[in-house]
Amino acid sequence: MTLREQLREKISAAFYRHGLLCASYPVPIILFTSASILTCCYPLLRLPLPGTGPVEFTTGVRDYSVPSHEPQGDLGERPDWYRGPPVAYIQQVLVKAAVSPWDSSLVTVDVFRSPLSRAFSLLEEIRNHVHSDSSGIRSLETLCLQVTGLFPGLRRMQSVLPEHGCLLVSPGNYWQNQRELFDSDPDLLKTIQKHEPKGLHTSATLRDLLFGVPGKYTGVSHYNRKRVVTYTITLVLSSYDARFLGSLRARLKQLHPSANCSLRDDHMVHVHFKEEIGIAELIPLVTTYIILFAYIYFSTRKIDMVKSKWGLALAAVVTVLSSLLMSVGLCTLFGLTPTLNGGEIFPYLVVVIGLENVLVLTKSVVSTPVDLEVKLRIAQGLSNESWSIMKNMATELCIILIGYFTLVPAIQEFCLFAVVGLVSDFFLQMFFFTTVLSIDIRRMELADLNRRLPAEAGLPPPKPGPLRPREVPPPPRPSPHTITLQTPAFRNLRLPKRLRVVYFLARTRLAQRIIMVGTVIWIGILVYTDPAGIRTYLAAQVSEQSPLGDPGGGGLPPHLGVAPVFRGGDPTSTLSIHPAPDPTPLPENQSQGHHGSARAGPLPQAPPAVPQITWGAEDEEGWRRLSFRHWPSLFSYYNITLAKRYISILPVIPVTVHVSPQEAIETRHPQDTRHPPPPIPKVSADLQTDLTLYKVAALGLAAGVLLVLLLFCLYRVLCPRNYGQNGVAHGRRRRGDLPCDDYGYSPPVSEISPLLLRGHSMDIECLASDGMLLASCCLAGQIRVWDAQTERHNIDFVGGATEPECLGSEARGPSVSGDGLSEEEDSYPLRHRTAPARPTLFTDQPDLTPLIDTNFTSQPPSHLSTPPREGFDFGGLVERAYIEHEPPSNSTYPSPSSASSSPPSGATADWESSVWAMELRGNLIAAGRSSGKLELWDAVEGSLRCSNEDGVSGITALAFLNNRIVAARLNGSLDFFTVEINKPLCLLQYRGAPGRGSMPPSPCYSSEDVISCQLTRSVQCAHQKPITVLRAAAGRVVTGSQDHTVRIYRLEDSCCLFTLQGHSGGITAIYIDQTMVLASGGQDGAICLWDVLTGSRVSHVYGHRGDVTSLVCTTSCVISSGLDDLICIWDRSTGIKLYSIQQEVGCGASLGVISESLLVTGGQGCVSFWDLNFGDLLQTVYLGQSSDGQGVRQLLVLDNAAIVCDFGSELSLVYVPSVLEKLD
Amino acid sequence: MSLTLTAMSDSAVTSGQQQWSGSGPPPRPSRGPYISAITNRTTNLGIRGAMLFSVGVFLALVLNLLQVQRNVTLFPPDVISSIFSSAWWVPPCCGTASAIIGLLYPCIDSRLGEPHKFKREWSSVMRCVAVFVGINHASAKVDFANNVQLSLTLAALSIGLWWTFDRSRSGFGLGVSIALLATLATQLLVYNGVFQYTSPDFLYIRSWLPCIFFAGVITMGNIGRQLALYEYKFIQEKTHQD
Repeated sequence: MTLREQLREKISAAFYRHGLLCASYPVPIILFTSASILTCCYPLLRLPLPGTGPVEFTTGVRDYSVPSHEPQGDLGERPDWYRGPPVAYIQQVLVKAAVSPWDSSLVTVDVFRSPLSRAFSLLEEIRNHVHSDSSGIRSLETLCLQVTGLFPGLRRMQSVLPEHGCLLVSPGNYWQNQRELFDSDPDLLKTIQKHEPKGLHTSATLRDLLFGVPGKYTGVSHYNRKRVVTYTITLVLSSYDARFLGSLRARLKQLHPSANCSLRDDHMVHVHFKEEIGIAELIPLVTTYIILFAYIYFSTRKIDMVKSKWGLALAAVVTVLSSLLMSVGLCTLFGLTPTLNGGEIFPYLVVVIGLENVLVLTKSVVSTPVDLEVKLRIAQGLSNESWSIMKNMATELCIILIGYFTLVPAIQEFCLFAVVGLVSDFFLQMFFFTTVLSIDIRRMELADLNRRLPAEAGLPPPKPGPLRPREVPPPPRPSPHTITLQTPAFRNLRLPKRLRVVYFLARTRLAQRIIMVGTVIWIGILVYTDPAGIRTYLAAQVSEQSPLGDPGGGGLPPHLGVAPVFRGGDPTSTLSIHPAPDPTPLPENQSQGHHGSARAGPLPQAPPAVPQITWGAEDEEGWRRLSFRHWPSLFSYYNITLAKRYISILPVIPVTVHVSPQEAIETRHPQDTRHPPPPIPKVSADLQTDLTLYKVAALGLAAGVLLVLLLFCLYRVLCPRNYGQNGVAHGRRRRGDLPCDDYGYSPPVSEISPLLLRGHSMDIECLASDGMLLASCCLAGQIRVWDAQTERHNIDFVGGATEPECLGSEARGPSVSGDGLSEEEDSYPLRHRTAPARPTLFTDQPDLTPLIDTNFTSQPPSHLSTPPREGFDFGGLVERAYIEHEPPSNSTYPSPSSASSSPPSGATADWESSVWAMELRGNLIAAGRSSGKLELWDAVEGSLRCSNEDGVSGITALAFLNNRIVAARLNGSLDFFTVEINKPLCLLQYRGAPGRGSMPPSPCYSSEDVISCQLTRSVQCAHQKPITVLRAAAGRVVTGSQDHTVRIYRLEDSCCLFTLQGHSGGITAIYIDQTMVLASGGQDGAICLWDVLTGSRVSHVYGHRGDVTSLVCTTSCVISSGLDDLICIWDRSTGIKLYSIQQEVGCGASLGVISESLLVTGGQGCVSFWDLNFGDLLQTVYLGQSSDGQGVRQLLVLDNAAIVCDFGSELSLVYVPSVLEKLD
Repeated sequence: MSLTLTAMSDSAVTSGQQQWSGSGPPPRPSRGPYISAITNRTTNLGIRGAMLFSVGVFLALVLNLLQVQRNVTLFPPDVISSIFSSAWWVPPCCGTASAIIGLLYPCIDSRLGEPHKFKREWSSVMRCVAVFVGINHASAKVDFANNVQLSLTLAALSIGLWWTFDRSRSGFGLGVSIALLATLATQLLVYNGVFQYTSPDFLYIRSWLPCIFFAGVITMGNIGRQLALYEYKFIQEKTHQD
């Protein structure tokens, strides 16, 4: 095995180097690959395009000899199909017959009855014709194509088409070639019509087959104004004998001379037919293609963890397809013309080559460490999989080679294609796909880099460091950054990709143009190449007009001694007043006055009394007017295929037959005269053509309408439903001075302005709100309380002051030097004084001003219109904020002052541990510490009301509902506390009535109350692993843990109601609301909806790759965000994903729902508002001037449609005016 | 032709790629509220049966068309009716048979206690179906020199199909036995004149029928197992929950 190991080493090293190469020079390599693909596909240009009609090749009759099978190089003009004998020679005898002179006593049936009857005698003549010369006696029997029975499925054709013997087709076949049957047939047209298929038909009909000319040229109808009947007798010969045919031609010409016939008879046309795909063959083909697409779909779905999934899937498909094209091209280049039907074997080839290698490569590359350089990642990924790729490749080649030796030609050819395809696929994988992959991975990393760049690159770099010492006020910034819109360049960056694509498409109308151009080209090709299309139609038109334009059609035939006359009953005769001398006057005509026949010719409307039999150029190759499926369908009835073969059509033998009126009358069937004369002969004739015209027009119109509807539907499906509506809603606002982006789309505008609340010195850790107060806690352990009920303030702020509602406080960070202590001491009395009477407090509070002042100096001046002084006063007036405490995280910091200020309960604040969880209810703040201590603070006074140290394990989550507090601890236990007040609740709502009825009644505690916190129950092993989430609502407490389970407890008796299992990963997010709907998300990316009452799972969906980080529900949908930067919106009742929003990489995971249709998400230094109904980005509000990587991690939606989010060490309060308007 | 090739090369491809394809979690479509229905055992059985039945009917129609084409290259215009030209009971029979087979396979797997773990992915199932259609295509379209060659090729292809996509002994045994039974039944039908082939060659029929049947059984079993995978997963989760 050492050899194997060595080989493996070498292969691995080679792949490694190759990967480095590919990732280093992506562009040259892609160019090189494209060039080689194009080169290899070049020979394909010479292959015939599929779907075109038959091709023709004309040779002379005189020197005709059957072409040999061997290709002769020198005959350049010979098509390559012109080899070997044809399937058959077609000899048509074109008969034009008319009753002449026309007698008005004749009825319309006479126009075709007696001419058709002549076919039987002609048939006799042909059948019995014998040519004898030195080489022997030849009759038709020896030369013609002998058929042996019809195709089994054609029982109904049995009576009409010859079943045995010579394939000789004529109208006589309708009557089994028996004159007696013909004579006794009362209604010829009915017999003919009987065999016509019902409904729409595209291929040759039986009538065309037997008559040998298209139906409307036969003249067999009641409305034949020319009174000339045309039909052919078609002989199908298996071998060509010039002398026999010559003698037959001479004999027929002698019997029925066509004097004015100048048809050329020196050319024979060879028609080569392509393979035709019928519907029956199409169905299996379509099936295989459907399976193929399903295969591709299921394969590419596995591509994962890359920047552009679709791009890579496309590259994979391109790789496979172009390798197939290359294999066909190469095989053609080396002279292996494909004989297999390419379309048929193609799906199998794709399945053989497969997409697996590509997927293996992708998977291997993306599983390499992310922090490596792109080059190295590609190289490592390649070399990891090199051995298996090579092994597979070798095995496949071996198997295909074995298949090659089965010696079945078709299999051999397939093998050949597959081998070349495999090799070229390998080549493309190594060069093309690897390079595309490297580009993709690099783009992903670039995206990461872009994310880290400040959004506003032009601004000075942000102040470093999260710590902001008070002594050094931050440089004044041009403040209230209501950056609703970036400059165009930035908007480009910020626009989601899908929007950019949509904008691009909309701007250029690309889709419409492509569709239009494609349609035009397609129609053009169709019309031009279709043999039954415009070419032949034009030719037919031209040739049709020529006899009309040519008076007399080149003169009357000399043997027609009778000049044409008008028929008496013809309605057109009254219109034609041209006199025509009539040498043979007829009694009926005399009464009408006769006109010269010489001038009758130019009048196309006037039917000639003596039908003129003219031979024009169009008769020379009358078969051209037939459907191009005419011959294939004739032969297919005898189970002979013309696909990829050719037939030779010999020059027609013209036969002119004149039947005398007497004979016509003699051949009449008794019923013929009873036949009613045609009601409106002329009009109906026109009507027929008109009718088809109308039909075609109607069909075309219907198709057009359908197409338009279809496109409309497509448009509606593809484009966002509210396309462009966003701008309309806000159109009245300063539309004019809005910067528009390059695309001319201006975004919706609303004045969303973030208010920055400063005061914390370190990053904010916890946020809690009960609708009125807002508490925040930073890493330093400071808890600050802000007034969250801002509606009043909002009104106050109309003047433009957007000053943060400041918080009087000693904002002392841990970095504050020793004098911070004294300041603290100072501040305590202040706090105590402020507590009792708030409104008056600030006005006469001199101590507070310097503090506020210091805070405000660090603030940028708000709106320019507002003098800072006023803003400051204002702020001081309005603010009711109190610091609770400022424990320095520094453990060496003694804090006697805070201890002294602690309430009489004797509880001491714990400065050494950090706050991990915080809840605010009423005016009590519950803080859970890492030391396991639970503290209750008075939010109004900032005093510690009680603390509980029953547990030692850190409190990871808290829930505070009514008078109960539930604390989840790090060790998985769950403690239930009861808050007891020794005085009844003070129901006085001194903070004013809540603005909204939905606000939960918050008990208020007066400062005199003695509050104690009792541990009522401790569930020691609520979960095996740490509890990650704790939520309480509607009397239930729900915990989620890393042990994959969710538990529901009843709040009153802390009894565990249900343990919900269903996740296969730790629980990361839980949502529960008053309606008892519980949603949970886990690390497995699954989201479960549960019924809290029964504990049953309502639905279970997988939406994210990676953790579900956040979950919110509205009444109709569930919104989840995950580590994959995806926000998914699910229908709450059905669990079906409505849509998902791909956010930028690394954006925050925080979510909030402002109203039923407004979603807010936190991002890097910004919050984004989304329309939930359509998934559109409404607006992005930047919180700071520079998004210096501070992500919004927590986001709280307050009742008054404001959102609070943390922004580094600051809090940001964002109002959403549009929602306010809506709410009001 | 394509078939030998396809199947063989497939086996090669898959044998090498098994390690990664097996490791990836199978795609989990989001079913939402239907999940409760799916977890219900009878409903689930019904749904799977119906799906397998329709697949069977569809394949029977298409493959029948292929067989009709066997000796014909060009069709008269009214050939669409020939899709349904065979007896009406053939597609339902095929559908029923495929439903039974598709349900039988996972059932036997669970009875034997050896769940089928080999390449449980829809892409592989699709590949299997494609190869199966290809085998039919080859038997219908490729001109073989003699019947021995035809039957040998088809046999190799069928075995290759099994090796590529199944590789379980139970699958092989079930496939062989069902194929033999089906061939027997067909022959009985032919003897009794209920059914007849365009080509009267007895040996001819005997040569390709078992191979096609075998390949069909393997394919339907594959689909059935893949479908059963959903139920299996959900039931597993449910038991966890309890």
